[in-house]
Amino acid sequence: MPRPFTPKVVTANDLVEGDVIYLAHDGAWVRDMCMAWLIEDEDEAATQLALAETQPEIAVGPYLAGAKACPVGPVPTHFREVFRANGPSNRAHGKQASAPVAAHAYAKAAAHV
Amino acid sequence: MYDYNNFDEGFVRNRVSQFRAQVARRISGALTEDEFKPLRLMNGVYLQLHAYMLRVAIPYGSLNPHQMRQLAMIAERWDKGYGHWTTRQNIQYNWPRLADIPDMLEALADVGMHAIQTSGNTIRNVTADHFAGAAADEIEDPRPTAELLRQWSTDHPEFQFLPRKFKLAVTGSKADRAVTKAHDIGIRIVKNDAGEVGYQILVGGGLGRTPVVGQVLKDFLPREDLLPYVEAVVSVYNTLGRRDNKYKARIKITTMENGIDKIHDLVEARFAQLRPQFSGIDQAHFADISANFKAPEFKTASLDGYHAARDADPIFRSWSDTNVDDHRANGYGIVTISMKAHGATPGDADGNQMRMIADLAEQFGHGDIRISHEQNVVLPHVHRADLPAVFATLRAHGLATANAGLISDIIACPGMDYCALATARSIPVAQEIAERFDELKIEHDVGHLQIKISGCINACGHHHLGHIGILGLDRAGVENYQITLGGDAGPDTTIGKRAGPGFAYDQIVPAIERLVLAYLDLREDESETFIDAFRRLGEAPFKAALYPEEDKTHAA
Repeated sequence: MPRPFTPKVVTANDLVEGDVIYLAHDGAWVRDMCMAWLIEDEDEAATQLALAETQPEIAVGPYLAGAKACPVGPVPTHFREVFRANGPSNRAHGKQASAPVAAHAYAKAAAHV
Repeated sequence: MYDYNNFDEGFVRNRVSQFRAQVARRISGALTEDEFKPLRLMNGVYLQLHAYMLRVAIPYGSLNPHQMRQLAMIAERWDKGYGHWTTRQNIQYNWPRLADIPDMLEALADVGMHAIQTSGNTIRNVTADHFAGAAADEIEDPRPTAELLRQWSTDHPEFQFLPRKFKLAVTGSKADRAVTKAHDIGIRIVKNDAGEVGYQILVGGGLGRTPVVGQVLKDFLPREDLLPYVEAVVSVYNTLGRRDNKYKARIKITTMENGIDKIHDLVEARFAQLRPQFSGIDQAHFADISANFKAPEFKTASLDGYHAARDADPIFRSWSDTNVDDHRANGYGIVTISMKAHGATPGDADGNQMRMIADLAEQFGHGDIRISHEQNVVLPHVHRADLPAVFATLRAHGLATANAGLISDIIACPGMDYCALATARSIPVAQEIAERFDELKIEHDVGHLQIKISGCINACGHHHLGHIGILGLDRAGVENYQITLGGDAGPDTTIGKRAGPGFAYDQIVPAIERLVLAYLDLREDESETFIDAFRRLGEAPFKAALYPEEDKTHAA
């Protein structure tokens, strides 16, 4: 029996910077996961992923990543996505260097994944 | 060391120019990612978790101070101020922008460096003993052999699309600090009964999801046969190696599936075809290369100051006992600069540290620097009279940790903090183990003990070869760490065995602590190392320390 669909965000790496990007509800690509579109419908997720794949000049390697709603916005449900959303755990680099509030939320979320 | 000639420089600059145009076409949209990816990989450019990663070749780990300063400049100008030494004697920059990478490559070309064949299914950066040309136990300096192989393999038209990546390592010492048995081809410089220097050729070693110890393919190969023989091996692999399944594509699988005898026969047949094509010019070239690696003019100086410093300063004495190895020249030592300060990221060096090391190499080290596969930096030629000054400078910059070969000198891959392939983190585990044993103050009492950590089954952290190996995995969405015991990276390379169930992230450091404290109780005396005690006693008492609850269950 197929697993029930769980909410997802569309994520990729930015072509020029290489950093993690997320698809927002208005179709724009954003850097912070808390601004991403948490897609709760499976067909919609497939549609948005297919659209992302048509934008190779912006997004490299788009895929669907598990996420859940949180007061600050979507947060990851897998620890890999916590590091992608936040930055490496050995240095305060990556997203956490520029978005400490979101980083705190992700860190809290990470404690529960 | 080898200096690039005009041909080398032209070749590298042409590649930079080509790649600059390829990057421009990718950014403009003229190239798709599928079209661009193989091109960027051919120039050492990966896309990792948070950014692009540029892997720069440091052939056989050798650098001069000028090159080291350029690596520092690149780190500060186009990255976040630091670089990462890898287990294949490369440096990786973790944060470059795609548009900046051609400029980074141009800056590398300015000092005779590049990133060619640091990725892709080609012959990768040729590695060698990091004590080459200095070690007291050396038969011959392996660097000229490694350089000959580097030149032969670079852009070799037949070997740009092998079934999988292909790694060569060369050692000139029986101690084998190049881990030759864990490479696709391991090359050991040996002497035959007649006293002639030649090569023992090992084949089919490798780690990853199927760890295999290399086998002897040729006991003694005359020097003049090296290139045609190695070419024959790679040619046979290129033909036989599986391209239907990337997990079965390495030569270790080819060797296991066909048997060493068949591989031997095929290589000999191919060698017979190739040998006439090598007319001897490669040997003339080898002689030219060797001339570039002549030993420095070693000085003579009084050792009084060195002995006085040892008597007066126990911290210096501890460091020189732990981090300085015997040199073949009287009065000299080989200095290992530990890049594993307790709590630091193993193998990371910032720009200031790189420049300081370059200065030390110039002032005290005959301008020679090495990067070890253990992710440390080595000054291979330092007179012992200069060691107090070297130590003082290192200490002032936080690089005088006296832990070379000890429990906190941990090889750790980048793991899930950076690597797109990783399934768990490595770096923080290494940091926490190092900090814990620093708190316990038993590191020097424990003595020689190699812990190696990989964040996935690909084993870049060589966990199979750790006396204690740690493999990070994803178990149902949670980081989980398996322990292997009894591995060894020495000349009699041994693959460690899995001890039992894995440990959660917050349980791995206590597990390692139990293991090491058990060793202290079990050893016969202080001279018996962890690996010796493990070999004497077997795994049972160590597993009992790792899994005390299971032991109680069985007792009940």
